[in-house]
Parts: sequence; structure tokens; C-alpha cells
Amino acid sequence: MNFFLIGVNHNSAPVEVRERLAIPEDRLGEANRRLLAYPGVEEAMVLSTCNRVELLAHARNGSTDLRGFLGQYFAVEPADFDKYLYEYREREVVRHIFRVASSLDSMVVGEPQILGQIKEAFALARAAGAAGGRLDALLTRAFAVAKRVRSETAIGSSAVSVASVAVELAQKIFGSLSGQKVFLVGAGKMSELAARHLLAHGAGSIFVVNRTPERARQLADKFHGATFPYQELYDHVDQADIVITSTGAPHAIFRREHGELFMSRRKNRPMFFIDIAVPRDVDPEMNKVDGVFLYDIDDLQQVVSSHVADRRREAERAQAIVDGEVERFAARAQTLSVVPTIVSLQEQLELVRQAEIDRVRGRLGALTPEQEMAIEAMTRGIVNKVLHTPITTLKSAAREPEATSVIELIRRLFNLDDAGKKGSGE
Amino acid sequence: MMSLLWLRVALIFYGVGLAYALLALSRRGEWLARIVVPCIGLGFSFHLVSLVEDAAGAGHLLGSVHRAESLLAFLILAVFLLFYSGYRTLAPGMFVFPMVFVLALTAAIGQDPPQFSSPLLRSGWIILHVALVFAGYGALFFSFAASVIYILQEHSLKAKRPLGILERLPALDTMDKLGYRSLVLGFPFMTLGLIAGAVIAQARFGPAYFHDPKIVLSLLMWAVYVVLLYSRWHAGWRGRRAAYLVSVIFVVALGAWAANYFSSVHSFIAQ
Repeated sequence: MNFFLIGVNHNSAPVEVRERLAIPEDRLGEANRRLLAYPGVEEAMVLSTCNRVELLAHARNGSTDLRGFLGQYFAVEPADFDKYLYEYREREVVRHIFRVASSLDSMVVGEPQILGQIKEAFALARAAGAAGGRLDALLTRAFAVAKRVRSETAIGSSAVSVASVAVELAQKIFGSLSGQKVFLVGAGKMSELAARHLLAHGAGSIFVVNRTPERARQLADKFHGATFPYQELYDHVDQADIVITSTGAPHAIFRREHGELFMSRRKNRPMFFIDIAVPRDVDPEMNKVDGVFLYDIDDLQQVVSSHVADRRREAERAQAIVDGEVERFAARAQTLSVVPTIVSLQEQLELVRQAEIDRVRGRLGALTPEQEMAIEAMTRGIVNKVLHTPITTLKSAAREPEATSVIELIRRLFNLDDAGKKGSGE
Repeated sequence: MMSLLWLRVALIFYGVGLAYALLALSRRGEWLARIVVPCIGLGFSFHLVSLVEDAAGAGHLLGSVHRAESLLAFLILAVFLLFYSGYRTLAPGMFVFPMVFVLALTAAIGQDPPQFSSPLLRSGWIILHVALVFAGYGALFFSFAASVIYILQEHSLKAKRPLGILERLPALDTMDKLGYRSLVLGFPFMTLGLIAGAVIAQARFGPAYFHDPKIVLSLLMWAVYVVLLYSRWHAGWRGRRAAYLVSVIFVVALGAWAANYFSSVHSFIAQ
């Protein structure tokens, strides 16, 4: 598992550092190729998002200097970035990649975008010819782990922003938002964001009313919505299923009696008031009216906080899943690590066997097919007997921590590395 | 008896429904949610075979208390499946599945149930009366389940407390529609069933049958039913108030059900 990773993320580095190291999408292919060409690197992948820049490599001979590449590629002094960089090796890399893919390392834990971003980065690395079997095994497993985390925990199931909580609550009241009318009373940034979210989730039409008609018109145009004079607010607002209010009025503009009036006009069809104004636009008593649901900014924040706490709890469960998966991956990688040595061993002894048969064949003269078969069987038998002990030793060592030293020893005993070079013509 | 065997097979599948109901609000209920509808569907099919065998074998569906329970369980589930096909929500199953399981279990135990000895129950009119009223009860129970879910969800939204395990309940609007449409579905069954019962009772007992406690409660239930439907159509009564009223109807219906024990008109069990 000669994996190496170096990077910065939202936790380790401020945005000005991250943007200095960010790689635009159109240059990622070239970055992958350059990383692949860097000494010691056998496979490579570059991940660059707004929250993280990471270089992942599989090294040919157990080491590579990714810091050196970083300095070279970005034309910076790596020492200047030391305090912002994190660096992982081998099993730590596996753990980190699994965590990132499962969105446990994200700014908003549980957000789903990161998985797509890693998939894209991996696709680009493959397209650039930089990623091969080792990274394929690592990333394929990481995607499976992320999927497991999504399905076995509730890490991404609750909204964690005011606007998305507003959408979630609206869906709990109305089910589908399609065809629901949204009224924006006042035109603040936050209410605009909430309206945008509601529209994105299928809300039907937007009406904007503001004391300044010009501002109302501008905002309505953004949503292809309509507007009407502020004086007519109470005549029309009962048509709204969702009212987002954020005026600068010094006192409540909607009181309980308004709620009762709206409900009688609407034949008790529910209404959802989202009051983002401070001081509040809607009298809290409004929430007591049957069919009216009122959430002010504090209520929404409280839901966000509780969801964030839920996610933290779920993140612990997700971490346990990741830890188990890292163990499994490492054990499997270790088992696989002995395979090339076993193959080399078999190939080398086969070469010796063939060479010896060729050498004695001249002295033996013509052989009958039966004699040919007998020599073949005898030499194969000898080779298999000789190989039996080293191969079983390798297989059992694969599950032990000292696997690397056993592999090293056998390669030296049988002179496998030199043989490989000869075989490959190097 | 083959019909009992089929009912017991159905009961095994209904057990999956019961397990789902117990785990519905937890994450562990998720894998059950994937298999519960096919299982319930299979149980429903075996249940149907059991009822058909019963009817073919005995020539009627109401030989005993247990057979009546079996028929009621079947009809409740029929209403559930009907609405599931339209709304794809399992939530009412939290109440429907345990109810169906318990009714089917008592019917499937099959230990010498109290027999309906009255020859009255062999008459087609009575069977029609019972089947219609049971269908009405099935729809009413389903509506009650939707109303309870509505009240729970509405309460948590009003209280602004994080919804906790109620987080996974369906939308208020969906529950409101389910509760109402189920009532509308049940109303003609209940009405025709009561009319059929009234015709039979008038013919057998004369005007005296109006004093029977079960009949009084049944008529009261029907009256509240009418009030609720009327107020929904004309005054837009919906939401919490409608849900509470459905609960009232259901409680009165339970009372009417229990009143069998005090009813001379409905005393079918052999003493």
C-alpha cells in the first residue's frame, strides 16, 4: 500500500491559501500527467475543489516527495505552506480518502457534493492516464464505503441551512411543493435565498410585495414572478400557501386575527409563515391558529442546530463504518501484496526448469513422447516441491505485520528483482 | 381445514407488517419498508383464498366470531392497499398492520371460537349487512390511523421541536387527504350497511329495535360521520379539527362494536 497524499482543506488553510493552490478544471488533466511524471510516482490523482486541494499518489518504490512536486508545480516554497499542509501515508491515506468520500471531512458534514467531485477527479485522472489499478481499487472501495455510510446512517438526511430547513418544513406541511404559491413580503437577501430554494423544489409561483415598488419589481423579475402594491397586501396574502416575510417594520404586520381571517377565506387550507425579520413581522400568537404554521428566524436556526447535532451523532456511526472498512481494505491489500512475489517466484523457477531441460536435451538425444512427458512431470514436481514452502510462508505472512520484510527476504533469497530486470530487458 | 391453513400462511406474512410497524420510525425499519408491501400483498392473497374456501365450504362467511374477525382484517387491509396504490405511503401501516395482525391471529388460532348459532346469519341480507358495515369499519379505521398520524405530525410542527423520530412521518397534507378520502370511501358502505340492518331489524323486531344500545350507538356514529363530511364539503373543515372528529367517530364505532354484548338484536353467539 504505497499510497501518499498531501493537501490543504478548509480546516487546515484559509481561503487565500486554498485559492493559491487551486487548480482550474481545464488544467487538471495536465496536472495529473505532471504528477505522474514526477520521480517515484506510479499512479496519480489530483482533487481540486473550493474546499480542498489534494494530491494522491501511489509510489513505485515505497516513497515519493509530494512536497517537492507541490513546490515545483505551483512555483512556491513548500516551507511557506508547511503549517497549512497535511500529509498522509499508506493506511492513513486510505482512511482519509474514505472519510472524504463519505463526507466526514467536509465543511458541512454529510453534504453529498464531495462524492461527485471525487468521482470526477478520478475520471479525469484515468482519462489522463495517471490512475491505474492501485488507485482504481482504492477509489472504487471509497465510493462503496460512501454509499454504505449514506444508506446505513442518517448523515445526509436532514437540512442544515435556514433556507433548506424552510423547504423541509414546507414539504412536511404541503407534501409536494408543486403549485404552491409563495409570497415574499419585503425583499431581504435571506428571504430571496429561501424563495430560490422553494422554487428549486417545485414551488409554483412567486409574488413580491414591498414598500418600494421598484425593489419589488426587480426581485419579482428575478423569479419571473408578479408584484402588487403594498397597500393591497391584506387583500391578496390569503392566496399564499407560503409567506416569507422580512420587512423592516417596527412592529408585527400579521397578527392572530389576520391568521383567523386568512383561514376562513382559505377554507382552512394550511398556511406557512416564515418570518425572517428582526423585529418580527408576525405575532407569535399566529401559530395558535389552526392551520397556520409560523417559524421565525430563531425557530429555523434551532432546527438547523438540532440537525447539525444529529449529523454529528451520525458522523460517529459513519466513522465506525469507515474504520472497519479501512481495516478490511488494508488486510486485503496486504494479502494482495504477496501476489507479485509469488508470480515472480513461479516464473523464475519455470525459466530455470526450461533452461535445464534445454541443456540436457542435447545430451539425451531423441526421446519418445512418453520420456518427454516423464521428464516434464519430474521437473515440474521438483519445482513445485521447492516452491511449496516459500509460497505458503508468503501467504501466511501476508496477514501479519511483518509481511513486507518476509517479501523482501524471499525476493533477495531468490534474486527476484534482478531476475525481473533481466526478464524485462532493463 | 384448508381455509385455516391459508389464513395461517397469511398471518406469517402479516408478521412482517407487524415488525415494520414496530420499527417503522427507526432506521432499522428501512429494509423492512422495502419488503413489507410485497409481503402484505402475499398475505392478502392467501387471506382471500382462505375467505373464499370458507365461503365455499360452509356456504357463508360468518360461522363464528373468528371468521368475522378474519373478514374485518381483510377489509381493513383492502382499504390500506387501495390507498397505498394511489399515495405510496406506508405510514398508516403503523396502525393498520398491527390491527390486521391481531385480528388475523385471533382468527387463525382456531380454538373452538364462539359459534354464531343464529340461523339469521345464514341469510343473504345479514351477510350483506355485515360485509357492508365491516367495509365501512375498515375505511373508518384507516381514516383514524391517518388522523392520529396527522395529529402527531401537526403537534410537532406547531411545537417547533425537532421532530425526532416523527421526522419520518409523511406530510400533513397527505395524511389529511388520506383521512378524508377514506371517510368518503367508507361512507356509502356504512350507510348501505346500516340501511340493510335497519330493514332486517324492522322486519324481525319492529320499531322496538331502535332502543337497542348497539343500534343507538351505530346511528350516533353515522350522524357524526355525516356532520364531519358535511362540514368538510361546505365549511372546509380539515386538519386538526377533522382529525379529532374522526377519532370521535372511531371511539363511538368501538363503543358500537362493544355494545354487541348488550345487544339483544345482535346476540348471535350460542350461549
